[in-house]
Amino acid sequence: MKVLVPIKRVIDYNVKARVKPDNSNVDLANVKMAINPFCEIAVEEAVRLKEAGTATEVVAVSIGDKSCQEQLRTALALGADRAIQIEADTNLDSLNIAKLLHKVVEEETPQLVILGKQAIDSDNNQTGQMLAALTGMAQGTFASEIKVEGDKVNVTREVDAGLQTVALNLPAIVTTDLRLNEPRYASLPNIMKAKRKPLAVKAAADFGIDLTARTKLLKVTPPAERQAGIVVESVDELVEKLKNEAKVIS
Amino acid sequence: MSILVFAEHDNSTLKAETLKTVAAAQAIGGDITILVAGHNCQNVAEAAAKVNGVSKVLVADNAAYEHQLAENISLLVTELAGDFEHIVATALSTGKNFMPRVAALLDVTQISDIIGVESSDTFVRPIYAGNAIATVQSLDSKKVITVRATGFDAVATDGNADVIALDISTDAGTSSHVSDELTVSERPDLGAAGVVISGGRGMQNGDNFKLLEGIADKLGAAIGASRAAVDAGFVPNDMQVGQTGKIVAPDLYIAVGISGAIQHLAGMKDSKIIVAINKDPEAPIFQVADYGIVADLFDALPELEAKL
Repeated sequence: MKVLVPIKRVIDYNVKARVKPDNSNVDLANVKMAINPFCEIAVEEAVRLKEAGTATEVVAVSIGDKSCQEQLRTALALGADRAIQIEADTNLDSLNIAKLLHKVVEEETPQLVILGKQAIDSDNNQTGQMLAALTGMAQGTFASEIKVEGDKVNVTREVDAGLQTVALNLPAIVTTDLRLNEPRYASLPNIMKAKRKPLAVKAAADFGIDLTARTKLLKVTPPAERQAGIVVESVDELVEKLKNEAKVIS
Repeated sequence: MSILVFAEHDNSTLKAETLKTVAAAQAIGGDITILVAGHNCQNVAEAAAKVNGVSKVLVADNAAYEHQLAENISLLVTELAGDFEHIVATALSTGKNFMPRVAALLDVTQISDIIGVESSDTFVRPIYAGNAIATVQSLDSKKVITVRATGFDAVATDGNADVIALDISTDAGTSSHVSDELTVSERPDLGAAGVVISGGRGMQNGDNFKLLEGIADKLGAAIGASRAAVDAGFVPNDMQVGQTGKIVAPDLYIAVGISGAIQHLAGMKDSKIIVAINKDPEAPIFQVADYGIVADLFDALPELEAKL
């Protein structure tokens, strides 16, 4: 079966985002960018399904300007077979991303689409569920385990109260949580090999979808900064402060 | 205007966070209806009827909704959506799961995780792990919104709304529930507790989390964990506090053996008072802590328990 893995280029997770002085957005100039960590877990899971003989082909897709080809090459180095870049504005709303991905799903007809549960820039947590709605497929979000069995996939999900396992008819949509796997590091030979794997470029405009923005970003401001407090010398002093100064315990 | 608020529950108890989501709906302004979708969920419906500021409670009690499967719930909410300008749910695991599906079925986008309401179409939400705060205007005719409960104060529960049973069953037939593995705890919910004590990698193993329990008992606290502690298998996933785990804002948050990665801070930095116990004086957690103590947690925790 074919597995499709949509991925996103985002700020590196170790970098603290800074707001632009004009409050128009976050400043991404000269900031280290990387594959979204949840998307990397999605690629790893697809590659493991292929290594286990369950999947036959892993296709990575990303929507954005040419720079996202760098993350597609990362996916190829991790073991994806081929990649598709859809050339588009980098700030599309999740719904428009999902609509473009819907077209890719129609063209590629994968049995499984694995996405990250959320991107660490917009923190929306929407695209996988929206794609599931548009394709009419079942969804297994926040997955910590995936088992393909016949024409179904069992997905164990991380929920507020613990774990929930659901069975989904294939084809299906899965979004990854942190415990699904630990992604491998791409080896140097695989990075070299990735440069020769096929990467197709398509224009978003050619899909015939209305990509008008559904939201308007009015401003972006830094959060209220917490001031560092004091270091106390003893547990006695800590208890005293919590009782008499902060008044949070009695 | 009219607003539909989705009740988050487990078929027996209405989650306390729903009271904060109703507060967000009040800030948007309009006639508020709560939807309780579940199975054998009469207690939840009764609790929802007492929530202040709510005019009606719609109850869809059907086996198709027992496990809150997104495929079935989203069809139900979409079917009801015609009567409402705003559809609002709490950004907990059920709401996060089905709401974007509702948005796409209605051909609108979703505004996730709002912490403030500027007007009926403009909302405030954290992005980049809370390192930036965005003000976003929805241009869609219908607004599909999830609410970060910590951004709002709970409404009272001395109301008396009408309860209306719905005769609807929407079963997509594409998914089914297999099993649950739920953590049973006598302690308060992480999201609702006034005090939270969390352990990190410094706890070294799961057994050592017992050191937090005595303190939690004395303070009536919930116990949380950093991602590092969950990834290492010390404790289950439902204890994770952080950007993609649970977001908490208690009166008192005690971080034990937690270094303070950006992703962890995103889940707790709106707490009123933060205490850090860490043996590394350079740990970033001290930069957000009101009170820090540089100490070996294996010495400090028993002493703290004894002195509380």
